[in-house]
Amino acid sequence: MKENKIKFKKIDDYKLSKDTLLEMYFTMVKIRDFESAITDVYSRGLMNGLAHLYTGEEAIATGVCANITSRDYAVSTHRGHGHLIAQGADLKKMMAEVLGRKDGYCKGKGGSMHIMDAEKGILGANGIVGAGIPIATGAAYSAKYRGTDQVVVSFFGDAASNQGTFHESINMAAAWKLPVVYVCENNLFGISVDLRKITGNPNIADRAFGYGIPGVTVDGNDILEVYRVTQGAFVRARKGEGPTLIECKTYRQKGHHIGDPGNIYRLKEELEAWKKRDPIKTFKVRLIEEKFAIEEELRNLEEEARQLVKTAVQFAEDSPFPEPEEAFEDLFYEMEGAKE
Amino acid sequence: MTKMKKVTYSQAICEAINEEMARDKNVLILGEDVGILGGNFKTAVGLYEKYGYLRVKDTPISENSFLGMSLGMAITGLRPIVEIMFTDFLLLAADQLLNQISKIRYMSGGQVKVPLTVRTTIGAGRSSAAQHSQSLHAIMCHVPGLKVIVPSSAADAKGLLKTAIREDNPVVFIEHKMEYNQEYEIPEREYTIPFGKANVLREGRDITVIATSNLALKAVKAAEELAKEGIDMEVIDPRTLVPLDRETLIASIKKTGKVFLADEGYERCNIVAEIMMDLIPDIFYYLDNPPERLCLPNVPLPFSPALEFPLIPDQEKLYKRIKKILKS
Repeated sequence: MKENKIKFKKIDDYKLSKDTLLEMYFTMVKIRDFESAITDVYSRGLMNGLAHLYTGEEAIATGVCANITSRDYAVSTHRGHGHLIAQGADLKKMMAEVLGRKDGYCKGKGGSMHIMDAEKGILGANGIVGAGIPIATGAAYSAKYRGTDQVVVSFFGDAASNQGTFHESINMAAAWKLPVVYVCENNLFGISVDLRKITGNPNIADRAFGYGIPGVTVDGNDILEVYRVTQGAFVRARKGEGPTLIECKTYRQKGHHIGDPGNIYRLKEELEAWKKRDPIKTFKVRLIEEKFAIEEELRNLEEEARQLVKTAVQFAEDSPFPEPEEAFEDLFYEMEGAKE
Repeated sequence: MTKMKKVTYSQAICEAINEEMARDKNVLILGEDVGILGGNFKTAVGLYEKYGYLRVKDTPISENSFLGMSLGMAITGLRPIVEIMFTDFLLLAADQLLNQISKIRYMSGGQVKVPLTVRTTIGAGRSSAAQHSQSLHAIMCHVPGLKVIVPSSAADAKGLLKTAIREDNPVVFIEHKMEYNQEYEIPEREYTIPFGKANVLREGRDITVIATSNLALKAVKAAEELAKEGIDMEVIDPRTLVPLDRETLIASIKKTGKVFLADEGYERCNIVAEIMMDLIPDIFYYLDNPPERLCLPNVPLPFSPALEFPLIPDQEKLYKRIKKILKS
C-alpha cells in the first residue's frame, strides 16, 4: 500500500529566518538526545526514581518557547525536560539534578520532576498532575498586577485537563484577562488510560468556548504550526486581551516512564503511524527539500547537540552526591533579623 | 504605659492587613467575599474601597486554584494574603497548601522565597455542623514547610498577623471564629509580635496549663475561678505552633511539676499530643502527675446546640478537670 505523504504548509509561509529555523531544529535534537541519555544513565544504574520522557513531543516545547522572551515565565509538568531545554536551561545542571547530585539545579532535592530555574523564569516542573496550572495563572496575575508585559506559559497534559485546577484556573484567567497561554500537550494517554475512553469530547480546545476564550487545536508534531499558533496567543496575552487555550495533538513515542514499555494499552499501528510523523524527522526533510539547509549542516547541529549532552552527562557523573545533613537545608528562608 | 484602644478581634485583623497593604504595595488580599462584602467575618472592611479590585480580589469558589495562584504570585514578587473561610474548606486546597506551597522552596533547592499568608478560621459553637466548625490546624503542623500561628487575643492576632505578612515563608494564620465580635484592648501604636515566643498569660505555682487559640483566654478565666479555691494556675499561650517556644513551656513545667494541655482540635492526633511528646525528654523527671488534655472528642461536630456545646472544650470543662487533678 502506498503511503500518503503528510501535508505541511510551505516553510516560506511562516516568514522565519534560516537562523531561527536551524535553532528550532537544534533545540529539538537537543531534547531528543537528552532523553536518550536519560535512558542510558537509567540503564547504567546511575539514575533513581521516575523518568518521564518527552520523546516525540519535542515540537511543542520548542515551538512554544520560540516565542518566549527572557522576561516571561513558564510552568512545566512531570514530563518537563523538553520544556526546560527549550527555555534554555543548563543541560549540565539538569543532568546533575536527575542523577541526584550536589551541582544539580535543586542540589539533589527535586530530581527529574521538580527541576526549576527561577532566574530564567522556569517556575518549576511538578509531580502532581494539573498542579502547575494555578501556579502559572498566579504568575500571570502577578505580571498584570506589577504592570509588566510578561506572559506565562502553562504546560500540561491531556490528563491534567480533567483535574479541577484546569477548570478553576482557566475560568479565573478568562474572567480577569490574565496574560497566560495554556498549552495542553494531548498525547492521548494518562499513563495507560485512553483519553477517548474517559472524556465525552476528547478535543480539549473545544472547552475554551465555555470560558469565553479562544481555543485552538494544532498538530503538535508540526513545529511551525505550534510556533505560529502560540505566537498569536502571545500577542493576545501581551496586549492584555487574556488567555488562549492551545491543544497540541501529539503522541508519546515511549511509555509513561522508563520501565513502562507502553505497549499493553496502545495499538502498535497507532504508535507506528505517529512515528512516521516524528516531529524531528519530518522537519528535517522539509528543511532540506525546501532548501533551507543541506544535510551536512543539520548533521553538524546533531553532532553539536550530542556533544553538549555528552558533556552534561560527564559533568553530572563527576558531581558529588550531597551530604546527608543537606537534607535539612532549604526548608525555610532564614530572614535577617527574624529573631527579635 | 502603652496607650491602649478598644477594638473587636475583626477590627484588629483588618487593621493589620490595612497597615501592611499601606506599607508595601506588593501586599494584596484574595479570597471569597473579601471585596465588596468586606470579608465574611468583617476582617477586610474598607479595603476594597481603599485599594481597589486588583489588590483586594474576590475569587470564585475555587480554593485549590486561588491558593495555587497565590503561590505563583509569591514566587514572582508579590506578597499575597489568602483568606480561606474555614479550615474545613482548606481541605479543598490541600494539594496546593501541603504539596506545593510548603515544599516549593525545598524542592527547588532554595531557589525561591514564598512570602505568603494563608488566613483561615477554626472553632465550633455556631451550630454550623460538621463541615464549618472543625479545628484542623494539626494537619498544617504535620507537614514540614509551613509556619502555623494560632493567636488568642485581638492584640496578639494583630501583631502576629503583621509579622506573618512580612515573613518570607508560607504562614498559615488561624483565627478563632468565635472571637471576631469580642472587644479587646490593643496598643494604639504600631507593633509586631515575633514568631516562636509563647505568652505567659498568668503566672502560677501549682500547675502549668498550655492552651491554644481562644482556649488560652478561657483558661485564664478558669484560673481566676480556681484562685478563689486556693489553686494557683499558670497559663501559657504558645501563640505559634511552628515554630514552638519549647523553652518557655519547659521552664514553666519544671517550676509547677504538673501540666495540662487544651486545644479545640479533635483529641486523636491533636497538636498537644505532639507538644507533650516533644517536651517529655526535658521534663519527665520534674513531673509529679501524668499529663492530661482537654480536646474535642473524636466525633464530627453535630448541629443541635444540645449536642454541640457539651463537646466543645470551654472554661467550665477546664475548671472541672484542673480542680480534679489538684484536689485528688
